[in-house]
Amino acid sequence: MYTPSIIAEAVVNGLLTGAVYALVALGLTLVYGVLHIINFAHGALLTCAMFAVWALSDGLGLNVYLTIPPLAVLFLCLGYGLQRWVIGPASHGDDGNTLLVTLGLSIAIENGLLAAFHADTRTLSGDAAFDVVELGPMLLSRPRLIGFGVAVLVAVLLWALLAGTDAGKAIRAVAKEKMGASLAGIDVRHIYALTFGLGCACLAVAAGLLMPTFYVNPRVGNAFVLVAFTIVVLGGMGSVPGALLGGLLIGVVESLGGLFLGESLGQAGIFVLFILVLLLRPAGLFGARA
Amino acid sequence: MSLLQVSGVTRRFGGVIAVNNASLRVPEGAIVGLIGPNGAGKTTLFGIISGFVTPSAGSVSWDGADITGLPPHRRAQAGIARTFQIVQPFAGLSVVENIAVGAYLRHPARADATRIATDIGTRLGLGPWLDRPAAALTVAGRKRLELARALATGPRLLLLDEVLAGLNPSEIRDIIPLIQAIRAEGVTILMIEHVMQAVMNLCEQLYVLAEGRMIAEGNPVTVCADPRVIEAYLGHGAAARMQSHA
Amino acid sequence: MNKPTLAPVAVLLVVLAVVPAFAANTTINFLVSALIVTLAAQGWNLLGGFCGPFSFGHAAFFGTGAYVTAVLQSRYGVNAWAGFAAGIAAGAVVGGAIGWLSFRAGLRGSYFALITLAFAEVFRIVANAVPLTGGATGLLLKLDVRPANFQFASRAAFAWIALGCVVAVLALSIAIARSRLGAQFAAVRENEDAARALGIDVLATKLRAICLSGAVTAAAGGLYAQYFLYLDANIAYGSWISVEALLAVIVGGIGTPAGPLFGALALHALGEATKLFAGAITGIDLVLFGLILVGAIAFAPAGIAGSLHSLSARWRR
Repeated sequence: MYTPSIIAEAVVNGLLTGAVYALVALGLTLVYGVLHIINFAHGALLTCAMFAVWALSDGLGLNVYLTIPPLAVLFLCLGYGLQRWVIGPASHGDDGNTLLVTLGLSIAIENGLLAAFHADTRTLSGDAAFDVVELGPMLLSRPRLIGFGVAVLVAVLLWALLAGTDAGKAIRAVAKEKMGASLAGIDVRHIYALTFGLGCACLAVAAGLLMPTFYVNPRVGNAFVLVAFTIVVLGGMGSVPGALLGGLLIGVVESLGGLFLGESLGQAGIFVLFILVLLLRPAGLFGARA
Repeated sequence: MSLLQVSGVTRRFGGVIAVNNASLRVPEGAIVGLIGPNGAGKTTLFGIISGFVTPSAGSVSWDGADITGLPPHRRAQAGIARTFQIVQPFAGLSVVENIAVGAYLRHPARADATRIATDIGTRLGLGPWLDRPAAALTVAGRKRLELARALATGPRLLLLDEVLAGLNPSEIRDIIPLIQAIRAEGVTILMIEHVMQAVMNLCEQLYVLAEGRMIAEGNPVTVCADPRVIEAYLGHGAAARMQSHA
Repeated sequence: MNKPTLAPVAVLLVVLAVVPAFAANTTINFLVSALIVTLAAQGWNLLGGFCGPFSFGHAAFFGTGAYVTAVLQSRYGVNAWAGFAAGIAAGAVVGGAIGWLSFRAGLRGSYFALITLAFAEVFRIVANAVPLTGGATGLLLKLDVRPANFQFASRAAFAWIALGCVVAVLALSIAIARSRLGAQFAAVRENEDAARALGIDVLATKLRAICLSGAVTAAAGGLYAQYFLYLDANIAYGSWISVEALLAVIVGGIGTPAGPLFGALALHALGEATKLFAGAITGIDLVLFGLILVGAIAFAPAGIAGSLHSLSARWRR
């Protein structure tokens, strides 16, 4: 039977997972909000980050949470470079091209990882996944609690960065009015690349938070990317609080769905939900941008 | 009976009323002008007539039948053709292909559509550019292309949204006779225009829209002397000041 | 099709028609795979190239064509040719359904691409789970070599049938490009508002495009089922075919009738060459495909057909 405490535990677990989903979605929505492009390589870049966490942690024996700061910086630079010197120039300023270029990148990255690491699924050694905290009647996973805390912290930091710093103001200016920002002396290409870099840094953090309880294989990012797209569409394209709330909501829906419907149908559930969200939101909200 | 009759249409965008209880009628065979200051709601009114904008209230009737709910493509099939103020060429197609899209509306065969497109394009002075990509045209060329495409649909009513804006005086001088010739062939014309010289030359009936309301109508000379019209353009009290200076 | 590209296409088709008569089985295998991808890409091109909407989920049509062809024979004893025809019809129906839902909701650009991807994934997960399609073990077609059963003793015969389909769709594409329907497709692709103002029913036009597109790509799926006589969800509805259909068109020349043929042949040749040099490293050919996609967008947006066109234009000058 589904006792209230089982359901409550599923809801809380959903919230914990949802916070990390939100972090993945946050990177996506930030890039969309500023560059007005959909980064199709987001999932592949997440996979990349997860492999990096796995390699540093299992290979070099680093504490998994200590891998986050250097990887965040590395991915900030990687994202910056990708947008500035690959995606931007290759797309010739056309949204359709951007989609195809990022699709091409995602295919190359995913299969590059496949060639390097084969299709095997890997997890971190150690038993962090079973480290639980008792909270009233509920048993909660400690890494997930940490994940929730860090994800919320990063979201708040990001918000503060956008609201308070000069770089943040420049990013918001470019998001609102590219031409005006450019006339005011802001280097739009630099801001685009910086935003893309921030989006990728979010992925590096998310990867570090996911790895203790999750697995990685070359295709793992695909599952996350559609979840992230669902969240972003649900929360409103480009909205930071929307991504956060949407992420938490999707986390709970997925957790309850898994509880009531079983795991295999839950997999299709995300895609069906994505389709429904796209179809039922009024066309004007996102149909206007061709 | 008038070919087109717009009765009391209103359109709200959120809290803004773009068009407020506006009415106008266009008799068959006439050239009617629609003028007004920037932001008066002229283009929204054109959108309502051509079916791109749904009115919040009021109705549009065409040849005696109510067409308020008819989508744009059905109105084009019924004989209402429009141009866009911000030109909308099919950039990847050649000039003649652009015009042929319009001609295909009533001529399913490729040979017919191409021949008609070539004729109309040549007539509108696009002859040398027919096989060039539309994206290569100048502003004046694109305006002509808009006109040519709309004309190729074989309309009974042509809605011209600022086809003269952005053209230099000699280009305007070239295009005015074209509009007169189109009308002489029996096409009724309703035009939004800022170039007053052209309006005074072409139109026999004028409507003035200001802040969404129709504030004046009549023949061009009377309308332009109307104090309400002068105030709408030049600000409150302008008419009185002009009177005292005169 | 413009005249400059006509000659190379004709030569290419003659070569493709002659090769199976002499070639070894491995060559014919290569050819049939490339032609099946060509057909799938021709379907993609009718929608994405001619009419505008980019699909990331043409596997939905490929898989439907494949499964309908296969399931009708293996479970219901329907004749293979009739099953093939039904598969093509089913592709059109699935295209119409996906198109009706998404175009009516106003989805364009990236959103349309993403929703087609999601549809293909739902189909894949369902096909992987339900007994009708054989679930995860897949579906094996009974070997019964009779022309009446769409199975042939010689592989060459099958290559010619695949080539016949490709040529038929090529002719259809050229006819469409030169017709009113083609002009309507192009108008909708270039500017929907302007198309509407000129009397074009944009929704109906897009639905025509996606039904045609779905039918053609489903034919590719049906051919796949008949040639390899085995299907599973990851083959039929897998993202590989969505990617290859799109990639062949981009590389070959988007919106040109012959683009898919050029693109699919070039990609397959390249894929084989990579396998030859890089050995058995899984995924290395796809890494190359991904990079080619980026490179094609960056440096050759008109594709092979476009480059041929400008080359021959320069030659004449």
